[in-house]
Amino acid sequence: MADIKIDVKGETCPVPLVEMRKALKKAAPGEIVEVEGTHPASKKEIPMAVESLGAELVGVEEEDGVWKIRIRK
Amino acid sequence: MVDETKPDKATIIVHSGDMDKIYSALIVANGALSMGMEASLYFTFWGLQRLQKGGLEKGPLSKMHYMGLGKSMIKSRMKKANVASLEHLFKDFKELGGKVIACEMTMEIMGVSKEDLDQNLIDEYGAVGTYIHEARDSKITLFI
Repeated sequence: MADIKIDVKGETCPVPLVEMRKALKKAAPGEIVEVEGTHPASKKEIPMAVESLGAELVGVEEEDGVWKIRIRK
Repeated sequence: MVDETKPDKATIIVHSGDMDKIYSALIVANGALSMGMEASLYFTFWGLQRLQKGGLEKGPLSKMHYMGLGKSMIKSRMKKANVASLEHLFKDFKELGGKVIACEMTMEIMGVSKEDLDQNLIDEYGAVGTYIHEARDSKITLFI
């Protein structure tokens, strides 16, 4: 489903945010980037970054401490 | 669509060469870049020493350094917490378009030449005017 998938499970501040940004830079407009991680603050902060970047937050899910955030560029 | 036009800016003076403060500067800068801002780091005084070849990770801890004992303790705890290395953070900073300015006056005072500095890290050389020029229209400015 996602065009670009990044796995930042186990990574801590600021790596999840940075990897999301790098992936979004590489994505073409309209493509979906999916970020999967465990760092609690990033689950809140990635959506904040998505908003400031003017991208679209498609969805946020969490299961057993692992969150998945989907973003459309 | 991601709006890439006229982003806000963060400019940070890196005056300290202490390891923990270099971490703060790079983490804040990378956060700013990740959230769509531009970011510039102005390395001056003790901070400039970290731009010397092989000098990035060499800074002491700002408190409880204890001749290197405190630093190695903190480093092992950082490793356990999976904190990225300064080299990793610097690489991300550059990849996201961050800019590094080295202070020329500090180079003169400390007797540091361009050959002593890691050219891969530095984008330009400047003085206070370069900082003010960017800082005056920055949303975030910090002195670390």
